[in-house]
Amino acid sequence: MDLSLSTRTVGDRTVVEVGGEIDVYTAPKLREQLVELVNDGSFHLVVDMEGVDFLDSTGLGVLVGGLKRVRAHEGSLRLVCNQERILKIFRITGLTKVFPIHTSVDEAVAATD
Amino acid sequence: MATVELRFSALPEHVRTARLVAAAVARRAGVDEAVLDEVRLAVGEACSRAVGLHRTSGVQAPVHVVLVEEEKQFSIEVGDEAPDSTSPVERIPGTSGADDPDSDSEDDDMGLAVISGLVDDVEVTAGEHGGRIRMTWPTTPEPTTLLP
Repeated sequence: MDLSLSTRTVGDRTVVEVGGEIDVYTAPKLREQLVELVNDGSFHLVVDMEGVDFLDSTGLGVLVGGLKRVRAHEGSLRLVCNQERILKIFRITGLTKVFPIHTSVDEAVAATD
Repeated sequence: MATVELRFSALPEHVRTARLVAAAVARRAGVDEAVLDEVRLAVGEACSRAVGLHRTSGVQAPVHVVLVEEEKQFSIEVGDEAPDSTSPVERIPGTSGADDPDSDSEDDDMGLAVISGLVDDVEVTAGEHGGRIRMTWPTTPEPTTLLP
């Protein structure tokens, strides 16, 4: 299973829909996508992870990298995830304190801290 | 003796194969179905780390994975041949002082953080000829009334 990526704009947010497996092999593609968005001036990102089957620390590293990049522009990076197996990885690494995690794209798009 | 042994070139694309093989062997060995996700993730982390170490230190040798089924337990050993591979790091991920947001060392630390968070029985050793991560899970005995 490879990684699938698609982006769409909702108001001032850019939603990145991710599907498949994010691991040491596929994570660079996600990194490129996030870097490209920030370089193009999209600083408020919502990463929809509902279609993600597998996430490892390389993927976490890319998300943390994305967060650092948007924050440099006073932007935001929100996650959408309801899958327990994926949430668990954020929990054991303490990253639930770093990322706002939402239950739906609508909720993430409407959120303003 | 190893139940299954796997050697793969230190390339990121092969880590998925290692995950799939490890999960399949673990399932057969009787590792609880609910824990298989953890096995898959932990093996992936250990292999990703080994691949990274081989690549950064220019080691041409393959990464070595040994899956051992024993009485009441199942072990996975992931060995690298990178010299002086890093010792276990007790650090909260995301708080390293590295300026590069995607630095490899941060990934490496996070990989170990994930492994130690997932696996209760884990042993990390490192020497001049390489390092080794050994992870062990309990297995449940086969149900006696399964045959049709």
